[in-house]
Amino acid sequence: MTSALTSFLEASVRTATPLALAALGELLVERAGVINIGLEGIVLGGAFGALLGAGSNSLVLGFIAGCLAGVVIGALFAVFAVSMRADQIITGTAVNLLVLGLTGALYRGLYGATGAALTIPTTGSLAIPLLSRIPILGPTFFDQPPPTYLVYLTVPALWWWLYRTHAGLAVRAIGERPESVRVAGVNAHWWRWITLLVAGGLGGVAGATLVLSQSGTFAEGMSAGRGFIAIAIVVLGRWRPLGVLVASLLFGAASALQYLFQAMGWKVPYQLFLALPYVLTLLALAGFAGRRIEAPTALGRPA
Amino acid sequence: MSGPISSVEAASNSGWRRRIRASLTTSAAAAIVAAAALTLLWVALRLAGFDATLALGALWRGSFGNWYAFTSSTLVRATPLVLTGLAVAVAFRAGVWNIGADGQLLIGAAAAAAVGLACGNGLGWAVLPLALLVGAIGGGCWAGIAAFLRTRFGVLEVISTIMLNFVALDLVGYLVRGPLQEPSHAYPQSNPIPADMHLPMLIPGTRLHWGFVLAFVAAAVLWWGMRSTAAGFRVRAIGANADASRIAGRIDVPRTTTNVLLLSGALSGLAGAIEVSGVTFALYENISPGYGYTAIAVALLAGLDPLGVLGTGILFGALEAGALSMQREASVPSVVVTAVEAALVLLLLALSRRTGAASIIGRLAGARNAGEETP
Repeated sequence: MTSALTSFLEASVRTATPLALAALGELLVERAGVINIGLEGIVLGGAFGALLGAGSNSLVLGFIAGCLAGVVIGALFAVFAVSMRADQIITGTAVNLLVLGLTGALYRGLYGATGAALTIPTTGSLAIPLLSRIPILGPTFFDQPPPTYLVYLTVPALWWWLYRTHAGLAVRAIGERPESVRVAGVNAHWWRWITLLVAGGLGGVAGATLVLSQSGTFAEGMSAGRGFIAIAIVVLGRWRPLGVLVASLLFGAASALQYLFQAMGWKVPYQLFLALPYVLTLLALAGFAGRRIEAPTALGRPA
Repeated sequence: MSGPISSVEAASNSGWRRRIRASLTTSAAAAIVAAAALTLLWVALRLAGFDATLALGALWRGSFGNWYAFTSSTLVRATPLVLTGLAVAVAFRAGVWNIGADGQLLIGAAAAAAVGLACGNGLGWAVLPLALLVGAIGGGCWAGIAAFLRTRFGVLEVISTIMLNFVALDLVGYLVRGPLQEPSHAYPQSNPIPADMHLPMLIPGTRLHWGFVLAFVAAAVLWWGMRSTAAGFRVRAIGANADASRIAGRIDVPRTTTNVLLLSGALSGLAGAIEVSGVTFALYENISPGYGYTAIAVALLAGLDPLGVLGTGILFGALEAGALSMQREASVPSVVVTAVEAALVLLLLALSRRTGAASIIGRLAGARNAGEETP
């Protein structure tokens, strides 16, 4: 029982990690008034970048390449949605399709039509001394692959930056009322670009995590809606870093339920588990999105 | 002495000319889109190190090259693209972001297949219209979930329709491995549907079925409906400015939004029912290679105009049909056309910015802003 619970909690945190990374980036972007549907493409691009980068058996290079791929896709989105003031939803959708098509074509072109039996070594978990020996909580939170610790660092850093620096204040103001911020001499386009690049990097690392810390391989469309779920997590987390962390863990737990059910020996169609995160997203949005006062006012509007 | 007559002449002349010019502009735009698509593809192929000339030759042979390819590949492929393209176009016109055409198509296909398998040959020919109707209703209901979530709870339909796509995929995956699986339980697919449910072929000796005619009729009806009916006006009005429609036009915005989503879902569901009864004749998990996502590009490149969707739907049907023969003959991965379609949408975004015209994208942006502020 205890071991089933421990592995369930451990799997929850592991599944939550890429969601949290992508959602923290999206949180930053949305605070600047941009809704980046292209996050799904960023995560997928990050996964593919990680595959290419890790080709020479270097996990560090894999993460760097995944991060860079995310930054490039974020920049592509910014060119259209920020600089050209094009519609953010259409741009994001087009970016997703573009990445889906490009990664699919490149993958089949580089690794053959099936691309089967392609395995990359994974990071494994990195136990934090002392902390990892706390019963139950230790293995759950402090015996995880390195990207999980990046989440722990990003949450307080993002909070501090958003609420305790002038730049953070400017970004939050851009998300509420870009016109008045311009009067104050703040370049809204510039800040939206910055946030999109940072979010691209975080989303890229999220994709790299899928390949380098979890599956150890790449599959076409392997982001499987995680970018979209991350956007929902931002709503659920009320556009706050800590809220986003909690919401991510909730989704991680929902996805990890299948391990618990398997351990318990309950027979339920596995498609139910596959569908669970998406259904949960819908239910969570229905429960929380009604109170939309907390959403940045200028969300989705060109600046 | 030539005053009144020549001015009348001039007036009728200018109206006539304007119409000619408008249709020329549309054809020119379509030609430019096609040329841009081919250029992009050529560049992408060269960069990836493929024999671009061979590949584009294969693309042509597989799409427009001969009568059989045109009817049996291009137009068959275009049918679901036109229907889902119409679904997206009518929704986007109203400022409703239905990204869920793919899921609605899957549910329509599953519902139609279920009707066919349940009724067997007992109903005679009536099973076909019944299955198409149930497919459309199924797609409508699936979109209805998103409509309910938006009007009741304020959930953005962008997210909810995407989530519903994944749920639909898992649901169909469950059906073809569970209740609807063929009796030997060896393959994830259903039994074949009864012969009475097969759509008749439109042209003998080809695979082109009457579903294409249905798509054509749907485009014409939607074109007329959007232009000339009160409902069409309401759709365009809330898309142009939801607040003004509510205050000045006394338009029930949530209700119109719901109706638009139901119609949009029904069109996608019909597309799924037609795929089952005209092409696959059984329910498969991967019955849609992402028609509902391609549909977004189809609708946008048509400027959200139903008749334009007919054109871009056939163009994209040709691209995808040709991509398959490109994969066979030049071993170019067929998914490359997805990237080309996306690049076309981005190109459109860039061009509509450059020309500064009263572009559809500008209207869409306006619609979105207005929509954001409605509670």
